[in-house]
Parts: sequence; C-alpha cells; structure tokens
Amino acid sequence: MFAKIHYYLKSFLFLELLKGLGVTGRYFFRKKVTVQYPEQKTPISPRFRGLHALRRYANGEERCIACKLCEAVCPALAITIESEQREDGTRRTTRYDIDLFKCIYCGFCEEACPVDSIVETNIFEYHFENRGENIMTKEKLLEIGDKYEAQLAADRAADAPYR
Amino acid sequence: MTDFFLPLWNWLHEYVQYTLASGAKALAILLPLFIVVAYYTLAERKVIGYMQMRKGPNRVGPRGLFQPFADMFKLMVKEIIVPTNANRYLFIIAPVLTFAPAMAAWAVVPFDADLVFADINAGLLYILAMTSLGVYGVIIAGWASNSKYALLGAMRSAAQIVAYEIAMGFALVGVLMLGGSLNLGAIVNAQAGGWSEWFVIPLLPLFFVYLISGVAETNRAPFDVAEGESEIVAGFHVEYSGMAFAVFFLAEYANMILISMLCALMFLGGWLSPVPDLIGDGIGWLFLKTALFMWLYLHFRATFPRYRYDQIMRLGWKVLLPVTIVWLFVEGIAIYFEVPLFV
Repeated sequence: MFAKIHYYLKSFLFLELLKGLGVTGRYFFRKKVTVQYPEQKTPISPRFRGLHALRRYANGEERCIACKLCEAVCPALAITIESEQREDGTRRTTRYDIDLFKCIYCGFCEEACPVDSIVETNIFEYHFENRGENIMTKEKLLEIGDKYEAQLAADRAADAPYR
Repeated sequence: MTDFFLPLWNWLHEYVQYTLASGAKALAILLPLFIVVAYYTLAERKVIGYMQMRKGPNRVGPRGLFQPFADMFKLMVKEIIVPTNANRYLFIIAPVLTFAPAMAAWAVVPFDADLVFADINAGLLYILAMTSLGVYGVIIAGWASNSKYALLGAMRSAAQIVAYEIAMGFALVGVLMLGGSLNLGAIVNAQAGGWSEWFVIPLLPLFFVYLISGVAETNRAPFDVAEGESEIVAGFHVEYSGMAFAVFFLAEYANMILISMLCALMFLGGWLSPVPDLIGDGIGWLFLKTALFMWLYLHFRATFPRYRYDQIMRLGWKVLLPVTIVWLFVEGIAIYFEVPLFV
C-alpha cells in the first residue's frame, strides 16, 4: 500500500528525473577535460610503443647482430631480415624491413632483442603518402634511431628499474 | 529612394502587392528562424559537450561560432544519393513534406501583441494540424527508402506520434477552456496580470503533459526511437544525404523551437512580463521563455537514456492520456464553480 503510494508520488513528482537533470546540470559547470590535441598533448609513458627504430652504440656501430629473434617472435610476420658476414668477421644485416601495415605494435621484437637494437619510439604521428612507404627499411630505421637516440635512451633508463 | 519605389509599388496590381508583402513578411520570420536553427545546432553540441565535460566544437571561427556555416556548406556540397530501389519521387518529396509544415506552422505564431503574420481565429487548430502533418514526411521517407531500418523507424514514429498527438491535443483543450479562444494572441492576453495569472499554475499537470508530448512529437531524446542511433542506425533518414538530410534536420529543429515557443505562449504568458508593474511586456520575454524550453530540450537529451518502445506507448496511452482527462474534468468543475485560480 505505502509502497504503491510512494511509487506514484515518486514518478508523478519527477523526483528521479530531476535528480538526473541535477547531475548533468552540475557537470555543465565542471572543469572541462578536453585536450586540444595538436596544441596540447597528453603525457606519454616511456613504455609507449610507436614507430620503430634501430639503435647504435655510442661509437657509431649498429647494435643489430642479425640474430633474427625479432623476426622469429613477430606474431604478424612483419619483419624480414637478410644478413651476411662483414670483412671484420662479424655478422650484420643487409636488409631489415618492417612492414608497418602488418605490424601490430605489440613490442615483442623489442622484448626479444638481446642487444636493445630494435626499439619502439614514442612517435605516433606519422603517415604515408605513397605506396611502399609503409616498409621501414634499415636505412630509415637507423635514421630514426640516430635522430631520437637521446629520447630513446632516456625512456629506456626510466623504465629500467621495472624490467 | 521612396520617390522612386513608391510609384513603382503603387503601379503593381493589388494581388501582386499582397503576394510581395506576404512574401516579405514570411521571409522576415523564416530567415531569423534559420539562423536560430543554425545556432541551436551549435548550442546543442556545446551544451551536451559541456555536460559531458568536453568543450564541444571550438575550431571554426572564434569559439566555434562559424561551425553551423561549415556544417551547412558541407551538407550543400555533398551528393544526394538516391538508393537504386528507392521510390525516387517519394524519396525526394518526403523531406519537403516534413519541412513545409514545420515552416508553415510559424504563420500563426504571435511574437508580440501586434506582431503576427496571420492573426487567424483557429490558430491553435492550425498549429495542431501542421505539426501532425510533419509525420507524413517521416513515414514516406521511411517507406520510400526501401530499407529495413528506415521502415522500422517510420513505423515507430507513426505509432508514437499518433499516441502523443492525442495527449498533446487534450492538454491544449485545457488551455482552450481557460483561454476561451483558439487564437494564440487571445490565449496570451487571457494570461495578462503577472505571473500568478499564467496558465502554468492552474494547468500544471497539463503543462507537463504538453512538455513531454512536445518532446515526443519532435522525436527528440528520450523519445528518439524513430532515429534510434544505436538500434536502427538513424531510422527513417538512414538513406538520406546532403541537402535532403539537411532539410530533415532543419525541420526537426524548427519544430523544437516551435514547440518551445508554443509552451511559452500557452502556459507562460508569451510576451507578457511576469511582474508587469516593474518591467513592461515585450518580445524579449517571449524569447527568454522560449529559450528556457529550448534549453530543456538539450538538457533532456544530455540526461535521459532512450525509452524502450513499449515504455513509450505505455507512457503515452496509460499515463499521459488519463492524466489529461482527469485534469480536464477537474478544470471543468473548477471553472463551473468559479474557483479563484481558474477564472
């Protein structure tokens, strides 16, 4: 009986509707959380997995030793490696291609790499304008690595305690 | 200027003069209406954005103020796609059928004591007729698209409008009984004498019924099952693009503004000041009151989830209709015995 009266009162006085309107009314005046993207950017974690890069040692020697662990671990089969022996007897890649259309940015290649050569940078704003640009060749990867070495080293150092 | 134009004007035939003058008056109503519609769409996106802690459009022009024009331009440039299996003739005529009544209804809306395009005695009846005509456009659009979703949307819309039309009509009967006239100007004048004389006080239940069925009539959230974004994609206008879609859009927003203004006219005393001793009457009051209801439309949309279809039917037939009938009965008795509020 009382429950029924209570129910009728509640629905005919719009109590719950008004409560809902009150919530949205309050939120209308809340501080807005919008990030105005091209001008403002959200902070990026050092673990962010963006565009790939190949790193070098401080003496300029490329790190990659063509062990092909990344190629083996890559779940999307995005990496293609060919290698040969250099005059000094070490093994280096002659070809190191990553197909960005296949890559799923899982970061396994980075995990697998014994010499921290292949890494994923925090670059996420990039695009292709022609066919074939989706293939990251060894030259392009090394170029990115050289350009962002400071950032890459800092990110790895920041994350090192948790590895 | 006048030396040149006045003889020219007098030279014109009487009928031509009349047509030109009416055309000019119609434009004087419709052009501001289009601008209000344009900025209402922006206001909607802004307000809903703000209520969701976003900023809303703010890129085109200062604070996004040119956004409506960008949208309009985009829609004008886009192709109007007519599906292969659609009924071409009906497909094109449907948006017009929604749009024309939405515009025509404005003819009898009084903006101020003497500011009305057509001061006809059956104004309210005319408005009821025009607003219910709009549903034909929706039904025909849904049928002509030859798409399952569109047809579903059209059917939902048809049933919903029939249900709420009745509650709405009954709510207006209450206004007629108090106002004693079908002329909107006369109805407003019957509310003269400050806020305590406004019909919203004796007719509070009918006011809410009118407000709710007004939202339902215009197919707006939480009664937007005809569009039902998440269920039937966009309902009756899935297949429409470009200007054909824009016309539907325009009609919907014009209808929302119309319902808001009717609410203000019939229940909140239109252009009459709430405190006539302090501030005079004026068109500003009407716009202020209309803006209040226009705000409510946006506030509702930002707040309420969509009704389930059977709940809409239940609300229309089993709640709103009985409430109006009961209150009409109460009102009739009150008027007969001359209860203070109801005279």
